[in-house]
Amino acid sequence: MKLEALPWLVLFLPLLAAGIITLFTLRNKTVSATLSIGAIVTGFVLTLAVIKFGGWEARELSVNWLSIGGLNVDFGLKLDALSLMMLLIVTGVGSAIHIYSYGYMREDPGFSRFFACMSLFTFSMLGIVLSNNFLQMFIFWELVGVSSYLLIGFWFEKPSAADAAKKAFITNRLGDFGFMLGILTIFAIVGSLNFGTIQELLKVNPALFGASATLAGLLIFCGAMGKSAQFPLHVWLPDAMEGPTPVSALIHAATMVAAGVYMLCRAFFIFSPDALTAIAWIGGFTALLAALIAVQQNDIKRILAYSTLSQLGYMVMAVGLTGPTPAMFHLTTHAFFKALLFLGAGSVIHAMHHEQDIWKMGALRKKMPVTFWTFLVGTLALCGVPPFSGFYSKDAILAQALHAHNYPLFAVAVFVAVLTTFYMFRLFFVALVGEPRTKEAEHAHESPGVMIWPLRILALLSVIAGVMGINKIFDLYSSRVLPPFTYEIPVGEFSGAVKYVGRLLEPFQHAPVAAFGGLIAVVIGFLAAKVLYGKAKTDPLPAKLGALSRAMANRFYFDEIYEATVIRIHDTIAAISDWIDRWIVEGFCIGLVRGGTDLTGRALRLVQTGNLQTYAFLFVLGVAVVLWFVLGK
Amino acid sequence: MNDLPILTIITLLPLIGGLIVVGLGAEQKGLARKLALAFSFASLALAMGLWKQFDTTSGELQFVERHDWIPTLGVQYFVGVDGLGLLMVMLTAIVVPMSLLVSGRINERVPLYHALVLFLQAGLFGTFTALNFFHWFIFWELSLIPAFFLVRLWGGPQRAPAATQFFIYTMVGSVAMLLAFLAIFVATGKFDFIELAELGRNGTLASALAAKLGWYNLNTGPLALVIFGGVLLGFAVKVPLMPFHTWLPATYAEAPSPVTMLLTGVMSKMGMYGFIRILLPIFVSQMQMPKVLATLQWLAVITIVFSACAAFAQRDLKRILAYSSINHLGYCLLGVFAVAGSGGIAVNAATEKAAALNGVFLQMFNHGLTAATLFMFVGFLEQRSGGLHGLNDFGGLRKVAPVFCGLMGIALFSSLGLPGLNGFVGEFLIFKGVFPLAPWAAALSVIGLLVTAIFILTILQRVFNGPLNVKWAKFPDLTPGEIGLLLIPIALMFVLGLYPRLVLDVINPTAVQMVEQLKF
Repeated sequence: MKLEALPWLVLFLPLLAAGIITLFTLRNKTVSATLSIGAIVTGFVLTLAVIKFGGWEARELSVNWLSIGGLNVDFGLKLDALSLMMLLIVTGVGSAIHIYSYGYMREDPGFSRFFACMSLFTFSMLGIVLSNNFLQMFIFWELVGVSSYLLIGFWFEKPSAADAAKKAFITNRLGDFGFMLGILTIFAIVGSLNFGTIQELLKVNPALFGASATLAGLLIFCGAMGKSAQFPLHVWLPDAMEGPTPVSALIHAATMVAAGVYMLCRAFFIFSPDALTAIAWIGGFTALLAALIAVQQNDIKRILAYSTLSQLGYMVMAVGLTGPTPAMFHLTTHAFFKALLFLGAGSVIHAMHHEQDIWKMGALRKKMPVTFWTFLVGTLALCGVPPFSGFYSKDAILAQALHAHNYPLFAVAVFVAVLTTFYMFRLFFVALVGEPRTKEAEHAHESPGVMIWPLRILALLSVIAGVMGINKIFDLYSSRVLPPFTYEIPVGEFSGAVKYVGRLLEPFQHAPVAAFGGLIAVVIGFLAAKVLYGKAKTDPLPAKLGALSRAMANRFYFDEIYEATVIRIHDTIAAISDWIDRWIVEGFCIGLVRGGTDLTGRALRLVQTGNLQTYAFLFVLGVAVVLWFVLGK
Repeated sequence: MNDLPILTIITLLPLIGGLIVVGLGAEQKGLARKLALAFSFASLALAMGLWKQFDTTSGELQFVERHDWIPTLGVQYFVGVDGLGLLMVMLTAIVVPMSLLVSGRINERVPLYHALVLFLQAGLFGTFTALNFFHWFIFWELSLIPAFFLVRLWGGPQRAPAATQFFIYTMVGSVAMLLAFLAIFVATGKFDFIELAELGRNGTLASALAAKLGWYNLNTGPLALVIFGGVLLGFAVKVPLMPFHTWLPATYAEAPSPVTMLLTGVMSKMGMYGFIRILLPIFVSQMQMPKVLATLQWLAVITIVFSACAAFAQRDLKRILAYSSINHLGYCLLGVFAVAGSGGIAVNAATEKAAALNGVFLQMFNHGLTAATLFMFVGFLEQRSGGLHGLNDFGGLRKVAPVFCGLMGIALFSSLGLPGLNGFVGEFLIFKGVFPLAPWAAALSVIGLLVTAIFILTILQRVFNGPLNVKWAKFPDLTPGEIGLLLIPIALMFVLGLYPRLVLDVINPTAVQMVEQLKF
């Protein structure tokens, strides 16, 4: 088989699996799961083969999709360091989660449907990653939205799940319309949507977009704002936790929500400096907002959801600070440890018979050792404790903030790191150590092998991903989209075994302020959590913080505000439209015409009296008037 | 070119079929159904033959037949199709058998019903192929009368006022158009669309009107505008363009679902077709007057946004879909009005216009297919629930009828414009073209897309998701027969979404040629 066929196979195998499952094997659970898992694992292996034999160089494979009157749109795959690395993440983490789901969803009557949707999602996500032009990316972007809709609403009989699915889809759609307008703006100005072509044209003429440069960039960013749940479109992601936990892990933590960041990196060259500044601040603000909310949540999945929001904020901020490499690096490590944390949470929830309140758990170390230890690894990685992966990627972002001389955002990022450690160890102390708080917690038992092996693998990756040189691979891409003068040559590579030791310590030589800042943040956060929650029976914070705590617990009332404004306004406009239609257009205007006709008819009927004298009189009157007109004037 | 007068045959076939079926006795229901179906399938076969023989490299009229009819009046029998006409003939040929196949609930006066549907089909074929006003108008009206009776005799409880409203509205539009064309005939002595378009382009139409018609001392410009307004009204009511739309929700809601399939699937396209074939080429200089154009473009935006919002406020599935229909055709109107205008900020106006026009054609076909399919689903819902079609009458049906939900979900997502399904390509091309030509109109119209997503998801949520309404615990899923019936439109949705070239290759030359003839 030729090498060019492999990426197409990687892309279309999951679609094939989804199709076969939907059409033929809905009744046969094992076959459905095998097809779905087989498709994604094969995709992972084939991606490895593509990298092994083809390397990281940029290349494109495309076919013509439509061509009408001077307009050509291709369907193409773009392979380069960025997309290949992302491909590895999606298929790799995806494989682990697919396998885990086989255990987690075993008892569910919709088992086959679940795997069909997961495969559909994988297909759409791979489509985003591989797209070589904006339109194609938009198409898969929407397909991802649909698969997310189907999976959030997987338990469609629960009204809350159906609501959450609708909310997610519509909020995303809101962002997507900005995205769409941005694409149309670019299309109108450049005449092409191919990433490579746009970049080439921009290189030749940097002022190509003229006055609409910032506008176009911000419109494109709207898409990322929806998908990566950035303020003010962040409200859908926590609700999306209504879906099954593996879905939360795959779609709403590791891959789909990262698509926004991926897209920003892919299209990095179109953003003007002003647009980038706005992006950085929105990212920083989201990181802070979500971290504050996470501090006072009690549902284990919601804590992780807000943590995801916060970490996505970090990534978006990094892109805004002209650092696609740190953003993608953090995206990668985050995919590993957040998937791990969600799957760990799923394992706990599974053991506790679908209890999600952390205040009803506790003391799981002995009963669920693998879940416990891997969850700890995930926590340490998320908090950014060296030598776990999260430390290196978060440090890269902090260093980028310093490098860009954006000190306010650096301060925000460090503060968010404090909060992150605080809420993660709050979760850890309350839910996993201490005394068992309920009967379920006492009788919890470890999950089956098919669920804990993925945990082990993801835990391993969460430990070592920081020093595997992932950032060096992303540098290959960044060096091509960043103008040379803003791009800093990475610190020289060591070789052999020293290489890894060198990478282990690199942050401390490279940007010591950032590295130590991150470390201090972790220590502060951990100590605060230890003091407050080390032995707590109930949450001490509400008493200490009062109204602030209530605001945090209530997610700063964003849902209520939207409910009262946006949704109310929309309902009102709809009601007004309907009213105008019913009464003004149909009732009044038509009524006037109808009534007018009616009145004329009645008036004319009065003339028809049937009285001969009246007729004669009117006739004479008419003749007189005519005569007066003809002769009198 | 083929010597066989294939367009005449395709138009006469349903007419003959209708005449045969109407002669059947009232008790010969089965025979009437079978015969009508056979005729509609024969038309479909002919349409497919037409599609196959059509030369896709040319944007010219093909299969032309031209015979003198009433030479003293300059009336010729003149038919032919280009890419647009062919697409509409194909749409008609597809939707009519779909509608007949789900007409099983019609049990009164069966032969008459089927005959009327066939007459309607003949009227549609005639409208989409005729190129001389004289017989074009006959077909145009021929389609109106059966539609009126179909609503009036087989409709819901409020059918009488709905049918009357429908008839009066479209009749007023038709009369205005007729008078306008008579005025044109008096001035120019021509009924031929192609020749009139030539006159319209080189400006002699307006001056001929002024020379021959003195009316209230109007001078050249305003007089031509009045005539233009008359023709515009005829089409604006039919599509409809707001505020000439109020007949539509009532009519769609009261008509039996198979008839609504015809009304929304193909009859609404007559108006769009008229805009593109007649109004745009003949009155191009009137349309390009800045005030007229701006008014029309904003009316299109209002149509799009307002109808989507109104759809959201409805609590009846048929009314929601009716407003959604107005919304979807609003995009077509927007596309046509943008194409009529100057280049806007576009770097390459011809490319953008060709894209928009291709999008409009495709959207007309897609909307016909999707809307007809959706009303078909509503028909199935009614059939299973004893005639209910309220948004809140159901709930949780997905549990008992997963296939129903899945397939209707696909049709709904197609209507929402999901990429991968047919609706997206047309809408994208329209927006792609309109955005550089009229940026603000396009940007505001995007609101319509968003609200559409909201009410479509609301339908999915209320009807299929949530806890199962106990009343429907025994709600039957689709039968294999019904699935087989639906597979064709659903498969077409996927095919056109993934491989739009199937249609675009046929219509692109026509669109490009129209744009060339529309030099600003």
